[in-house]
Amino acid sequence: MATGIKDKVAVIGMGCSRFGERWDVGAQELMVEAFQECIGDAGIDRQEIQAAWFGTCFDEVNVGKSALPLSATLRLPNIAVTRTENFCASGTEAFRGAAYAVASGAYDICLALGVEKLKDTGYGGLPNFGPGMGSQAWLWMPNMTAPGAFAMLASSYGAAYGIPEQELKRAMARVSVKSHANGVLNPKAHLRKAVSLDDVLNAPIVAHPLGLFDCCGVSDGAACAIVTTPEIARGLKPTSEIVTIKAIQLALSNGSEAQFGAWRGDHFVTTSKASARAYQEAGIADPRKEISMMELHDCFSITELVTYEDLHISERGKARFDVLDGFFDLSGTIPCQPDGGLKCFGHPIGASGLRMLYEMYLQLLGRAGERQIKNPRLGLTHNLGGMPFMNVSSITIVGRHQE
Amino acid sequence: MIGVVSYGGYIPRLRLDRMAIYRTLGWFTPATLAVAQGERSVCNWDEDSLSMAVEASRDCLAGMDRKKVDALYLCSTTLPYADRQNAGIAATALNLPAEMATADITSCQRAGTTGLITALEAIGGGSRKAALVAASDRRETRGGYFYEMWFGDGAASVLLGSQDVIAEYLGSHSITYDLADHYRGAQKRFDYMWEERWVREEGYAKFIPQAIEGLLQKTGLSISDFAHVAYPCFFTREHRNIGKRLGLNKDQLLGNLHLECGETGAAHPLVLLVTALERANPGDRILVAGFGQGCDALAFRVTGAIRSLPPRRGIAGSLARKAPLDSYAKFARFRDLLDLEYGIRGELGGQTPMTALYRDRKMILGLMGARCTACQTPQFPPQPYCVNPECGAFDQMEEYHFSERLGRVVMYTGDRLAVTTDPPAIYGLVQFEGGGRMLLDFTDCALEEVSVGLGVRMSFRKRWYDKERGYTGYFWKAVPQANA
Repeated sequence: MATGIKDKVAVIGMGCSRFGERWDVGAQELMVEAFQECIGDAGIDRQEIQAAWFGTCFDEVNVGKSALPLSATLRLPNIAVTRTENFCASGTEAFRGAAYAVASGAYDICLALGVEKLKDTGYGGLPNFGPGMGSQAWLWMPNMTAPGAFAMLASSYGAAYGIPEQELKRAMARVSVKSHANGVLNPKAHLRKAVSLDDVLNAPIVAHPLGLFDCCGVSDGAACAIVTTPEIARGLKPTSEIVTIKAIQLALSNGSEAQFGAWRGDHFVTTSKASARAYQEAGIADPRKEISMMELHDCFSITELVTYEDLHISERGKARFDVLDGFFDLSGTIPCQPDGGLKCFGHPIGASGLRMLYEMYLQLLGRAGERQIKNPRLGLTHNLGGMPFMNVSSITIVGRHQE
Repeated sequence: MIGVVSYGGYIPRLRLDRMAIYRTLGWFTPATLAVAQGERSVCNWDEDSLSMAVEASRDCLAGMDRKKVDALYLCSTTLPYADRQNAGIAATALNLPAEMATADITSCQRAGTTGLITALEAIGGGSRKAALVAASDRRETRGGYFYEMWFGDGAASVLLGSQDVIAEYLGSHSITYDLADHYRGAQKRFDYMWEERWVREEGYAKFIPQAIEGLLQKTGLSISDFAHVAYPCFFTREHRNIGKRLGLNKDQLLGNLHLECGETGAAHPLVLLVTALERANPGDRILVAGFGQGCDALAFRVTGAIRSLPPRRGIAGSLARKAPLDSYAKFARFRDLLDLEYGIRGELGGQTPMTALYRDRKMILGLMGARCTACQTPQFPPQPYCVNPECGAFDQMEEYHFSERLGRVVMYTGDRLAVTTDPPAIYGLVQFEGGGRMLLDFTDCALEEVSVGLGVRMSFRKRWYDKERGYTGYFWKAVPQANA
């Protein structure tokens, strides 16, 4: 009988590069920047890493295929390195691979690193997928962009709950205002500028009804984690807090949202299931009371708004009231995106899942500086890949060991 | 009895006010003011001769048994492929059987009437039972030319056969002269036109009467026996003068549609034939002629069966369904007369795999999905396991066609980041009546007209053009229906 991942794997080191339009560096430098911080934090030698997982998504720009770029960049000692690609959830997939490897007893110390060098395309936004979506999809699927795909969610979510467009726009804007306020406090964030509700509401439309400030930054960056068993962690760090994994859950669409008739476009089928499974794995009965803080996949303001409901924290159709109440503000009950989120920290695809964990890790260890949350116990990350109607949703919960 | 069994029409929704052309380019060609009355029809940026032919044919085949169609002749001078049978693409889009004869009839303005005669002779000879003739044209001209004013885009389709005939075929007469009023070399984009006065006097004014005279002699009829006489001639005064010389009164002669849509090239005789059929009463005789390096003339007599033909859009409905194209610049961009910067994001593309297209031809061109015979759930794309979470049956699928079904908008957006010729790119998830859903581009609409729950109908459209390889890809799009 499977017993889940809870408290079987500890995070002994993490690192994260500065995110942003890093014109002067390539993927290699970004990886090294995150890794040097991480290995220093872990207090181990690079040669002690026994296996590694490498999360990265785009082939059009970036590092190319296979896990070789990681192995060669870090000059790893001919160990097993695996590339994970699962859209924007690629970073969490790398973390999951490393964590499961330790939990299985196959290895003692593993590395997960995610990187994305996006700003070599010559234009704003993510690269076009084009024929990269597969031979058949290329023949018929609309030429969607990420903002467009998530903007569609706003139309159906609003219709399902009878929310007038302007009211929904204001709630979405409030989500972005909060993340910008947090981003100002984060020296590694891509966007460090506070914005007002009016700034957000008056921004040019990218994909109706999403405006510029409803969309996250497109950034270069890398983040990584070194994981081991709690026993080895205790041996390496006898005096410090140990952060352990409480749950990792993934749920993937099977086509029913996009091809079957039941889904109204008002929620994420996958996130709703993955989060319920994660709470069970972590032994959480009431997430609204027990989760201390969250980093959600706020690729777009509407994604974050709807996700509050799929995490079983806000009531269905009512997340906007929690948003407007400041429930998710840094000073609120469950601070959300304390590091600025994808919105302001930035979104280098393969790195994002690990970047979210980096913030939870810093917060749990009391290292988050100006944005430190008071005595957090459990941190949740939600890393989503794909589109509202066809996606990969991953939930990770971390906390202090055996608390 | 053989003859017309059904008909359909398609004039694209967009109309360009000819004065908009004049206002933009009149400084360059002031003389075009003389023909700048009314409006011309214009393909949307995602329409071409092939897509219009499919739309007209869907209109024609409404309520007909498509399995019985055993020939398709596609008549046009502006088909997307010089070598890849365009009629075969149309047949696949229309879900017609593979066991049939198909042909492109092209390179002459009377290709449409030639298609009609060819089909009627095949039926008369007994080798074909139900032949669909689709004629369509989207003729290109440079800017600021009379022909830009005269031409319009459009298509018409006629189903010919020997059962339930609504207009009996009485005979035809053809003449051929190599009078090159215009020509377009094989590698050229635009026509080369000779002097209009010569074309009028030596071409239209002589060939049309000669062919009609020949037809009357053959059939033993006189011109006064015809309630409707239709022939193309975009010189409006000459069009009328020919009528006078033939002895036609103004009720007999069908207008050339200059004011309504312009001349639709090889489709025009069929567009006029459909117009005549829409107006005809049982017993009426119709004469239709096609002009181009000679002339074809055909005669029909309308039967009582026309009363039982179900209502359709036809040409009259197409002309009524219209939206103004608000600028000449848009017209010029849609027809690639104006080169705009699409940016690096616009460099999207790559080759289209012919292997995948052939494997999935029914799905891509015919919008064929599947229905699970275990739970009756329609689904798209077709897959081996049923998508219904309550069912999940394996390998229980039968073919299911979505193209003629109505749908409703589940979710949508107007995307200003996605590169398109007519931003924003409007697309969404559509739920079909009877089940099944898919993501679709929307077309022939403004963002303000779209809402969750709005009804849509499907339209066969050009999906993308690969300029480097000369490949045109097609798929289906959703057209919002204001009153649905």
